[in-house]
Amino acid sequence: MIAIVDYGMGNLFSIYNALHHVEADPRIISEPEGLAGAAGIVVPGVGAFGRCMDQLSRFGVALSQALEEGTPILGICIGLQVLFEESEESPGTPGLGWIKGRVVRLPDGVMIPQMGWNSLSIKRPVQVLEGISDKDMFYFVHSYYGQPQDRSVIAATTEHGVEVIAAIAKDNLFATQFHPEKSGAKGLKILENFVRSTRC
Amino acid sequence: MLARRIIPCLDCDLGVPGGRVVKGIEFKEIRYAGVPWQLAGKYYEDGADEIVFLDITASHERRETMVSVIKKTSESVFVPLAVGGGIRSAKEAREVFNAGADKITVNTSALKRPELISEISDRYGNQAVVVAIDAKRRYTLEPGREVVQTPEGPCWFECSFYGGRKFTGIDAVAWAKRAQSLGAGEILLTSMDRDGTYDGFDIPLTDAAAKRVRIPVIASGGCASPDHMLEVFQKTDASAALAASIFHFGEWNIQDVKRYLKERGVNVRL
Repeated sequence: MIAIVDYGMGNLFSIYNALHHVEADPRIISEPEGLAGAAGIVVPGVGAFGRCMDQLSRFGVALSQALEEGTPILGICIGLQVLFEESEESPGTPGLGWIKGRVVRLPDGVMIPQMGWNSLSIKRPVQVLEGISDKDMFYFVHSYYGQPQDRSVIAATTEHGVEVIAAIAKDNLFATQFHPEKSGAKGLKILENFVRSTRC
Repeated sequence: MLARRIIPCLDCDLGVPGGRVVKGIEFKEIRYAGVPWQLAGKYYEDGADEIVFLDITASHERRETMVSVIKKTSESVFVPLAVGGGIRSAKEAREVFNAGADKITVNTSALKRPELISEISDRYGNQAVVVAIDAKRRYTLEPGREVVQTPEGPCWFECSFYGGRKFTGIDAVAWAKRAQSLGAGEILLTSMDRDGTYDGFDIPLTDAAAKRVRIPVIASGGCASPDHMLEVFQKTDASAALAASIFHFGEWNIQDVKRYLKERGVNVRL
């Protein structure tokens, strides 16, 4: 079972349908207890950082436990940003802090939000990006982006006026700034890879 | 670098079970193009970057049909889906988001009550609100208008609402800026002078809007060939080009259009 964390922030149907399409067994989980026993956990997210953290905080202990136990975890969009310690979008609201560093706003002079399809620059081979190459494009929608202190966690970047972190990989944790569930066949490939990692 | 997007638009008549995609030429001569979820599936396979569904009947009773169309589509189409037509409140928007839509487009209801834009974007984020603007050239210049130079002379653009049947007196470019400040994430800009003419996009209109707002602008109205898309991408900063007829009636396949653009130096997703 792949748990999709439902913390009251928007549309979970897209990720549910996409996981279903790659023959996973997704379940929408609204209570922290529901995460126990999940083979993998997806943390989706839309909206503002502060509001997401307010809603997500009750899952904090259960998520940390799953992380320590080695359960594969996939963060998507704001689900990547909340892994950091803090965000310029919501000063004073701490993130999960699993990745050292902060989330900052895209620079003035570029289109904000970055909305649309952009290509990746893959920085190192990771299992979830198997079958993905630099020419493949993914759907991004965001106004802020993560800046990790330790650059070795970066799996892929993209370019939107500045170098933008597109994917992070650290042990059993993987996160994308783009939306794999909205990125056509290549996005489904990433979800399929993630689901496969939960079966190892 | 961000790719330019190609977006097929499905004008939906929801008066029949399951709905049907229609295309009228200047509101006459309606042609039927197919079943909405099936056509959306075909366009997804063909490489559409996003799909727009517009309920042209826009009546409250038919929202349920639109909800079922989006539910069905989102089971097998994995690109962003935008839905518009008659959405008047954040509550009505929620029904459509819950069915699997990623964005809603608002037009008449936002012109009548601009706070609607903030009400939806506060809850679902700016990226989820597309403000659709139907703009018509006006050559009689008045003070306070956003003047745009065109080969036909300087003009301003007036917003229409109620599906092009009524005019508002509101300046379309100024409205785009205001919509942005209220929280719109994107502008879907249709030229009424070009819509249905097959003469190509209104370049001065698209260029002016794309320069004067910082959110993405989707060019719409008048597209009949890949050359029209090439022109709008070469001459303006439009983020996307929207078209209906050229895809519906088998004249052009989306993938072929994208290859055509790519060969001519436009960054598109293949």
